[in-house]
Amino acid sequence: MSVQTTILNLPEEELVQPGNRACSGCGLGLIYRTALKALGEKTILVVPPSCLTVLQGVHPVAATKLPCLNVVFASTAAAATGVVAAMRARKKDDVTVVAFAGDGGTSDIGIQALSGACERGDDFIYICYDNEAYMNTGVQRSGTTPKGALTTTTPYVGKAQASKNVPAIIAAHGIEYVATASAAYPIDLYDKVKKAMSHKGVRYIHVHTPCPAGWGFDAQYTIKIGQLAVESGMYDLYEIENGVKKLTGPSSKLLTKNRVPVKDFLSTQVRFKALKKEDAEALQAQTEAKWEAYKAEFSTQ
Amino acid sequence: MHIIESGNTAAAHGVRLARAQVIAAYPITPQTPLTEKLSEFVAAGELDAQYIPVESEHSALSVCIAASSAGARAFTGTSANGLLYMYEQVNWAAGARLPIVMCVANRGVGAPWTIWNDHQDSMSQRDTGWIQIYACDHQQIIDSVLQGFRLAESVNIPVMVCYDGYILSHTYMPFELPKAETVDAFLPPYAPEDALDPDKPCNLNTVTLPDIRPDVDGEMAPGYMDIRHSLQVDMRGAIDVLVSIDQEFEKQFGRGGKPLVEDYRCEDAEVIAIAIGSLSYQMRVVVDRLREEGLKVGSAGVRLYRPFPDQAVVKLLSGAKQVAVFEKAVSYGNQGPLYTDIKSALYPQTNRPEIHNYILGLGGREIKTEELVNILRDTCRGQGPAEDTPKFIGIRI
Amino acid sequence: MKKCTCLKSNSRSGPGDGGKTGSWRVLRPVLDESRCIPAKTGKKACFSCWLYCPDGVVSRTIPPKIDITYCKGCGICAQQCPTGAIEMVEETVLAKEEEE
Repeated sequence: MSVQTTILNLPEEELVQPGNRACSGCGLGLIYRTALKALGEKTILVVPPSCLTVLQGVHPVAATKLPCLNVVFASTAAAATGVVAAMRARKKDDVTVVAFAGDGGTSDIGIQALSGACERGDDFIYICYDNEAYMNTGVQRSGTTPKGALTTTTPYVGKAQASKNVPAIIAAHGIEYVATASAAYPIDLYDKVKKAMSHKGVRYIHVHTPCPAGWGFDAQYTIKIGQLAVESGMYDLYEIENGVKKLTGPSSKLLTKNRVPVKDFLSTQVRFKALKKEDAEALQAQTEAKWEAYKAEFSTQ
Repeated sequence: MHIIESGNTAAAHGVRLARAQVIAAYPITPQTPLTEKLSEFVAAGELDAQYIPVESEHSALSVCIAASSAGARAFTGTSANGLLYMYEQVNWAAGARLPIVMCVANRGVGAPWTIWNDHQDSMSQRDTGWIQIYACDHQQIIDSVLQGFRLAESVNIPVMVCYDGYILSHTYMPFELPKAETVDAFLPPYAPEDALDPDKPCNLNTVTLPDIRPDVDGEMAPGYMDIRHSLQVDMRGAIDVLVSIDQEFEKQFGRGGKPLVEDYRCEDAEVIAIAIGSLSYQMRVVVDRLREEGLKVGSAGVRLYRPFPDQAVVKLLSGAKQVAVFEKAVSYGNQGPLYTDIKSALYPQTNRPEIHNYILGLGGREIKTEELVNILRDTCRGQGPAEDTPKFIGIRI
Repeated sequence: MKKCTCLKSNSRSGPGDGGKTGSWRVLRPVLDESRCIPAKTGKKACFSCWLYCPDGVVSRTIPPKIDITYCKGCGICAQQCPTGAIEMVEETVLAKEEEE
């Protein structure tokens, strides 16, 4: 029987250096710090242009203690494939290869390479930290920007389209392990990274990443807002292991517990201030419909 | 042992003998049989490599860049639009100083679509920092792949081995298949010191500032321009390295001696025709014909195009009265790239030949030997084109 | 033959890539040990501040210690502390106190 992860038994060692260039209160900072504790030192990272590139440091100082390959935007999953192939060629089978990309680099420009890698069954973990826009270049809309959100390229009235459901797209490739997680629930994320490490082929984890600068809230609320996203039922924590989907952590509790109103999450961020009343109500209705369906789907959970 | 095989197969044998460890390629005419042959070698256990059937050419070079950074000998092959699709990665591989070898089965670029041979694809890459070697026959294809890996790993610069699509890739010729033991002695395993490794963690190619900056030990580390300048310096140095490698190759395999420019009957030539690839061998037929007419004509093929072997070119050409540069590419809005490079190399010389530029064979348009004979004969009679602008040969409409 | 110069962009790990990021702060987290669970009980417990710090500048010790050279002052630790043991105090106030 495996030991439950708690704050006390999480690895203490930091594999990220302090004094890095991440924004104050950055959701990615917590995701990265936590994921690296799960992955450990026998890891090679692959990182496309994104906030993480900057967090990891400007030449010649690295804020990451792990070996890392910076790659061009569209190529993350293909590069991870290449590192895995080299590890095989060099008979270094105990090295974990991890692609760590943002939502833009995953759902938009990077999706072709990721799809190819999933289909080929290349052996690496892909972590997408989703702050729901191209944050590194100044908050432009991406495929995962939610409907109604203000960004610099969806100004005044907000994004017209709903966000792309990337985990579902990746799950449709039939890979062994797909999970969603959140910066606000680091222990759940840690467990999912650990579980991903025990699987083969591409393993995909999509992590909701509150961003104070891009979403428009004070940095101290990063965790609280991330928790509201989950507790309102708008963002779900789940894993799909060998095709079987299961809600995890606070999301599984929502099957029987009351959800926080969606507007309590939306009202915390400047990016939703242009959202019309009827659109907010529609989001509430959609969330409720989704959870009605979940109750039937996960009745035996 | 001599075999009769296609140019693509010659390239595949080169990659097999070089013991490439990671191969990622995407099919595109006329490269396709090369990638098929490689997957056959791997599937049959004749080549111990990871063969990655990537979903695009951009990913093909991405896999190679990553694999090479992580310490594996990597190879890809492509043509035309496939090469253009990976263009940002072509630049990346050079700046990252990775010893990748890529074969380009030369083909014209769209628009409009063409599948036939010219040199516009690889010529468009001449500024990227890749070493470019052009093969003129199947023996040179396989030999250049082997020399390519050795050169790349000596100077940490990627090497593009180019050969004419269809004209070389799909035709059959006899060539010597080198012995594996001889190749192994010539090309040791790839074992870079700074490969990605958890035992020696390093963050590769992150944002690099305009200026220098101290590292974690307080030592000044190069800025972007210093790193790029280093590529230029080492590329120029690669000319001598290739000459030295070719000398060693000649000792081991019995072939070589002219790795930079391959001249033919130029010793007393007053008119020299110069070209790249199989066209330079077609020129030899032209030269022989005109020599029979008593005309002092010679021809040459530029084998190493980047870095540009300016000294070798000047040495060959400055004694001639006239030079005719024939090429299958044009820098639109200006002249043929080879012509520009040759003129630039000749500029400081006191004795400079008259030099003419001919563009031909685009999109595989047939290059008739008779037409070449007429052009060179006119040139000998002082009837070359009047203007400095390139003359297009074989235009119909 | 000239030796290859082969300059590359290879970076090695070290702190402070962004400088002493403590200089970013407007507010500094100050821990009241009388309210802090591990400090009060002397036992390994809670450590929410350690868990949620995006920069890993809080130590998982009794009591937790915050590295003010690098702490960016985001205030997440104060928000997440279940007993309100961390107060975000204006740097200008603390600077004045330190002067005196």
